[in-house]
Formats: sequence, structure tokens, C-alpha cells
Amino acid sequence: MKKSFWKNKAVQSLAASLLCIFIGLVAGFIVLLIINPAGAWEGITTIVKNFFYYPSAAARIKYFGSTLVKTAPLLMCSLSVLFSYKVGLFNIGAAGQYVVGVGACLYCALAFHLPWYVCLLAAVLAGALLGAISGVLKAYLNVNEVISSIMLNWISLYLVNMLLSTVKELASPYTLVVNSTSPGSVLPSLGLNELFSNNYVTIAIPLSILAAVLIWVLLEKTKLGYELKATGFNKSAARYCGMKESRNIILTMVIAGGLAGLGAGLFFLTGFEQWQCTQSSVPAMGFNGIAAAFLGGLNPIGTIFASYFIQHITSGGAYLDKALYSAQISDFISALIIYLCGFVLFFKQFMDSRAAKAEEKAHPAAPVQASPPADTDTEEGGEK
Amino acid sequence: MEEQYAIEMLHITKRFPGIIANDDITLRLKKGEIHALLGENGAGKSTLMSVLFGLYRPEEGVIRKDGQEVAIRDPNDANRLGIGMVHQHFKLVDIFTVLDNIIMGVEPCKAGFLQKAEAREKVVALSEKYGLKVDPDALVEDITVGMQQRTEILKMLYRENEILIFDEPTAVLTPQEIDELMDIMRGLKAEGKSILFITHKLGEIMAVADRCSVLRKGRYIGTVDIKDTTKEELSKMMVGRNVSFAVEKAPAKPGEVVLDVKGLTMASKLHKNNAVKNVSFQVRAGEIVCIAGIDGNGQTELVYGLTGLEHILEGTITLDGTDITHLPIRKRSTLGMSHIPEDRHKHGLVLDYSLEDNIVLQRYFEPQFVSGSGFLKRPAIRAYAEKLIAQYDVRSGEGPVTPARSMSGGNQQKAIVAREIDRDPHLLVAVQPTRGLDVGAIEYIHQQIVAQRDAGKAVLLVSLELDEVMDVSDRILVMYEGELVGELDPKTTTVEELGLYMAGAKREGK
Repeated sequence: MKKSFWKNKAVQSLAASLLCIFIGLVAGFIVLLIINPAGAWEGITTIVKNFFYYPSAAARIKYFGSTLVKTAPLLMCSLSVLFSYKVGLFNIGAAGQYVVGVGACLYCALAFHLPWYVCLLAAVLAGALLGAISGVLKAYLNVNEVISSIMLNWISLYLVNMLLSTVKELASPYTLVVNSTSPGSVLPSLGLNELFSNNYVTIAIPLSILAAVLIWVLLEKTKLGYELKATGFNKSAARYCGMKESRNIILTMVIAGGLAGLGAGLFFLTGFEQWQCTQSSVPAMGFNGIAAAFLGGLNPIGTIFASYFIQHITSGGAYLDKALYSAQISDFISALIIYLCGFVLFFKQFMDSRAAKAEEKAHPAAPVQASPPADTDTEEGGEK
Repeated sequence: MEEQYAIEMLHITKRFPGIIANDDITLRLKKGEIHALLGENGAGKSTLMSVLFGLYRPEEGVIRKDGQEVAIRDPNDANRLGIGMVHQHFKLVDIFTVLDNIIMGVEPCKAGFLQKAEAREKVVALSEKYGLKVDPDALVEDITVGMQQRTEILKMLYRENEILIFDEPTAVLTPQEIDELMDIMRGLKAEGKSILFITHKLGEIMAVADRCSVLRKGRYIGTVDIKDTTKEELSKMMVGRNVSFAVEKAPAKPGEVVLDVKGLTMASKLHKNNAVKNVSFQVRAGEIVCIAGIDGNGQTELVYGLTGLEHILEGTITLDGTDITHLPIRKRSTLGMSHIPEDRHKHGLVLDYSLEDNIVLQRYFEPQFVSGSGFLKRPAIRAYAEKLIAQYDVRSGEGPVTPARSMSGGNQQKAIVAREIDRDPHLLVAVQPTRGLDVGAIEYIHQQIVAQRDAGKAVLLVSLELDEVMDVSDRILVMYEGELVGELDPKTTTVEELGLYMAGAKREGK
């Protein structure tokens, strides 16, 4: 029997993600309507347009570059979440791993003026180390990784605030500017800055895309990926066939932590932002990574586009007319859309059942003998 | 006048995408009869019962009770119509008493306060009337499986159900308990209850049922009077061909000791006593040694200890002269131990993986399937999977790329058997290898196990099925409460004697 178009997994993922985006935008529009109907349509188009807000091509490409700069860390955080999710772990600690990554790379850059690749490595190691703590706790003491990493998120935040206070500007709570304090620590651009006429566009962008591809290869093509996914799908079966379950759990959290840490390095070593040492909330980057991972259909390649989209509307929100809407509204709208992204799996299930019903109608008289194995499926389904 | 039927399911058709689970099935249950429903796995028995219980709505067909057409939309409707069911896996709350379990959901209340005394009287009266011995105040976790089953039956009687469905009720019982259950069923029948008895054990049907309806591949094959039929005829109706019940095998030629277990002791996860107590035995090349016993007497823990899934407390395990007591699972497996696990969904398969990925689950790390740099050799895996699929006749919708989850239980098990046997083990540990499988698949797996023995492999079979124990094994070791209580020769012993050992009523040397 020919498979229905809508039963194709890839089509389903894509359609579910697009549906989420659409519903999110409609919901955002309704909120704008409620607050101030006059500017609602213009408001929502502004968010979607983002850098197209600017009339000149040069400005557009510049701000497109800015969106990309912020996409890189988001992509890394969503890869971190996705990777652990494939192994059956929910890494809500990407946020904390990102924070210690910030701490490590900025401290190396601002206190020791180390070259960019050392700073980047420090960020990766810091994130990996934090991930390892959650992994070890999970593997040996069966401490839920969600609980341990949420607590580590806060521990990391305040430790990093303390650490970076030693390299902050005297008159402000912000860390010193990397570009002027330690130019050697800034990621190289390899001409990308000229292409986008934006000095913050660096190799961070191609590196993050490369990381996504590497994660895909690791998961789909290698022995390690086979083992890790088997552990994620069925821990008992992985144990039965002699895989080292504890090692796999720790390794997963180490890699996931490293990815989030790398994200921090890829962002803060561009000098685009300074760390605010009085910050009292964990940066949203790690949490948005969860939404991006799901919106991307839990596929590393899909995540590239999902991360870009989320960053696109977040950046777009900044252009909302502040006379009509309060400054927080842009965050609110993008949060709304991100929230709806979490419904991707729900929509996928919904489509699956609809497709099944349609198929049933289309082939009412399918002979029993056509697929003997499915015979038992229904039988087992009946028992559940 | 027409005959009185308690329940009539007429021309029931239930379709699932791409499949007809029930195709024009008619089942008529007379008042006061024991009616067996016979069929292999996947024949549509569970679907039919789910329709009767209101879990599925059929596309076609009607259900009548006492001649009146009824609509059963959900299980509550079924309850109101007096239909009750003893599920294969009991639905009891372990930490509640028998009485609490029986009245659960229909607690007699006055002004919000439980009236337990009233309920107890009714339960005691029922249990005396039908000869269902239970202790109403015992906790369910402390009583035997047989008593748990009687609790389930009392639950139905307490709700005054007239139509009682028993789903594979004997799977967990000893021969003696099975006899008791048969008596209870006859007693219920004498009191005018109508019983639907789902099973694939022909002996029980012949012993207790009045009539039997047979399903095969979703279709209704026929209904026969038990007094006019034979086991052979029933099995032919069920499978569609003649089946040999006896396992054909030559006498065993035991050789060298392959597995030597000395003083094995395992802790229990459920209680403070040890699950396995000081167990010693040997398995030689070319023989099938069977560990028999009622479920939960330490067999599972014994296997976990042997295969390395859990740590052992005391004792030594030697495989081909190598001490493997403290070796990790992977090492035991590469030394020549294969393991067909008890729970194929928990341990045996990664259900979300494809069939081919499951087939290489025990050898994906071998150089033939993985390159030095850690990349899987997909073409080699595909070729190997295709070879095993053909050789062991594993049927699936899409071949090597079929998700394991979508395969039938029998074919899932065949895939595991293929994977474990093809590794050419020295010792094959097969735990309940035919659990839940249909007659055809059981026959096939038994042949494979015997073939392994004949090829000079040592086989340790752990089974709860008495027929399997008697037919397949060369030596029987009976396990009771964590100890080996007897060694029997299947050629000279009887099922009754085996049952006495299994129930702990008899033991060697004590």
C-alpha cells in the first residue's frame, strides 16, 4: 500500500513546525490587537520583517548579520538540548552550561588576554565540566538530571557573576569590552565582517552550522551514536547487550555541556555583548534552545532553521513602535511563539491520527493477508 | 423457541488502518455455558473482547444481550450490562487488602463513610458460596497468585456480573491451581453464570468448556461442541494446518561441562530474603537443562546473575573453564554466552530501532560492522540483516528497515532468536523463549533450540510452561523459593510430580 503523503515523518515534522509558527504569530497578533488595535498589523509585520525594516540594502545585510550573530549561540544551545534528548536525558541545564562557558571565555580573554582558540576551548571545557556533574549524579546516584541541572544553573550564574566582577568596567556592572581589552581573543572574521559590513560577524556562524552537521553525523552514522541512541530509547536493552550505560550517560552530558559552552564562546568572543555582573536571572538562551530543538523537529539540520527563526522574531521584536507598545511586548510576543513551538510533538501526533483515519477511509477493503505482521499490531494495540 | 443467548456479537467487523482485525465475526454465548475462545496471537481475540468492553467501536455488526440490541460505548456500559473480566495481568493494588480491592470503585458508603462491615459480609458469603478461598484482610502483595486470581473473580461476583470473561487465566498457575480454577469455573456455571474463556491451551478447553469458537487471522472459523471434537481438530482449526505437538528430538549426548554454577546467591529487589539461595548446577555441551518453577521463585534473578545484568552476592560462575563471576556483560557475551531474555520489549529489543539495527545489537562493535574510525558500515549491516531475515524467516512490513515496534510479537521473538543463535554461542540461555507466541512460532523456536543442542551447544532453558519443560528439556531442575528442590528426568517423571515440586510440596533429600 502506498504511504500517505501526510504519514511521511519528514513532511509531518516540517508541517507541524510551520503550523506552530503560524499559530504563534496569530496569537501574537491577537495580543497586539487587545493592547492597541491601531498598530497591531503593523506591529506583527514589523516582528516578522526584522531587518527588512530598513529601507537600504546595506543596513539590511548589516542587521541580518546581527541576527546571525545571535543565532549561533542559540543553535549551539538547541543542539545541546537535542543531543541529550536523543539519549533520553532532558538537559535543562544548557542555560547553566552556557553561563559557565561565558565565565570561562571572558575570564581567559579579559584577565589573561589569551588567544581566541584558547578562550573558546575554555568555554567548551567549562560547559562540559558542568554537564559532567549532572551526568555523574545521574549515572551513579540516579539523581534526576533536570533537578540537578536547574540547581547548577543558579550556582553557575552567581559564581560567574563573582568571577567576572574582577574584570568589569569600573563605573558599570558590565565586563570590559573584549575587542579593545584583548583584540587577540576576538574570533577571526575571515572576511565575513566585510561581506555583512558588520564587525561582529565572525567564523562563529559557519562553526555553529558545522557543529550541527557534525552532531547529525555523530548521531546517525557512528558506532557511538548508535550506542547513545540505544541507551536513550531503551536503557535496559542497552545494558542487556553490554553497552556501558553509565559511561554513555556521562559522556552525553559532557558533550551536551560542551556544546552549550561552545555557544557561549561563539557569542561573547565576538564582543557583541558584555556580561552584566549584577545579572540575577539565568540567560534565556539555554531555555530558548529547548524550544528551538523541538521546533526543528529534533533534527540537527532542522534546528539550524528553527534557531534562526526564533532569533529572527526575537530581533524583530526590538523594532516595535515603543510609542504604541511597552518595551517588554517584543519579548512577550516572541515568548508566546516560542511557547507554542513546544507543541510541535502534539501537532505531529494529531496529524498522524488524521492521516491514519484518512487512509482507513481510502482503503476500506484492504485484505487481511496483505500485511500479516500488522495483524498482530492491532491485536497488541487492543491490549494496551 | 430460539435458544437463550446471554451475549450475541453478530457480524462484528473492526478495521484498523490497512488491516481488518475482526472480519465478520459472530460469537454467541449461551446462558450458563463455558464458551472457549481459541485463536493464535493476532487472531483478533483481544480486539473482539475490546469491542465487547466498549474500548473499540466496531464498524459493522451488533451486540445483543438477552436478545436486546445494546450499545456499548465504554467499559462503564459493559459493567452496567453485567460483563466482567479477569485480565491476564491482574489489576489489583498490591498494598491494599483483598477486601479493599474487591470493593474498590463500588464502595458501600453512608454519609461519606465506608461501610466495610457490610461489604465484608457480602464478600465472605460469596466466597463460601463459590468455594473461592481468600483471606479478606490479607494484603494482596502477601498472597499467592492463585488467591489473587480468586480475588479478581470475587471482584466480578461482588459487582453481580453475569457474564464473566477469563483472559488466559491459567498462564500463571501450577497444575494443582489450574485444577482448582477449573472446579471454580464449573461451580460458577452451575450457578448460572455465563463464562467466556480465552485461551490457546487445548487441554483446558477439552477439560472445562462446553463449546469453542475459533478465530484465525481476524476471521471466524467456526464453533464446535467440545463433546464432538478432539484436540487435533481444534488445533487444525486454529492454525489452519496439522501441528505436531511433540518436539522431535534424538537422545542427548552430553559432553564437557560448559556452565558451572557454584553456590550462587542473589539478593531480591522485592523483599529482604535472598531471591536465589546457594544454587549450584552444571550444564554440559549437547544437553538442554530446564529450570522449571512457578513465576517469581528466583528464576529471573538467577538469569540476571548468570548473564551479568545484576551483581551476585555469593558464588562463582564458570563458563568453559573461565571464571566469569565478575566479568561485565559484554565480556560474557563475547566469551560465548547468548541470552534470549525473558522480556523481549524491556531487554531484547530497542523498539524504536529498525529491525536491522536490532539484529546487530550484540555485534555492532565487531570489525565487520564498524570501521576503525568509529563509523558504522551500513551496507554490511544491511547485508547481514537480510541474510538472517531470510534464514530465520523473520516477517516484517518493510524488511530490514521496519521499525521493531511495528512487528508482531512472534516475529520480534524470531529476530531475537536469530540474533542470539547466529552468534554461534557455546551456551544459550533462553528464558521463556516462547512466551505469548502462537503454535507455529513455538514449534519453530523449539526446533531451533533442539538444533543448537544437537550442534553441541549447552542450552539453559528457563520456562514456566509445563509442556515446554516436559517436551524440550533433557534434564529438569525445579526451583522453589530461590532454591533448587529437585532434579527430574522428563522421560520418567509426570506433570503431577513436577507440579508437587513446583508448589514446594515435595523436595529431594529433605
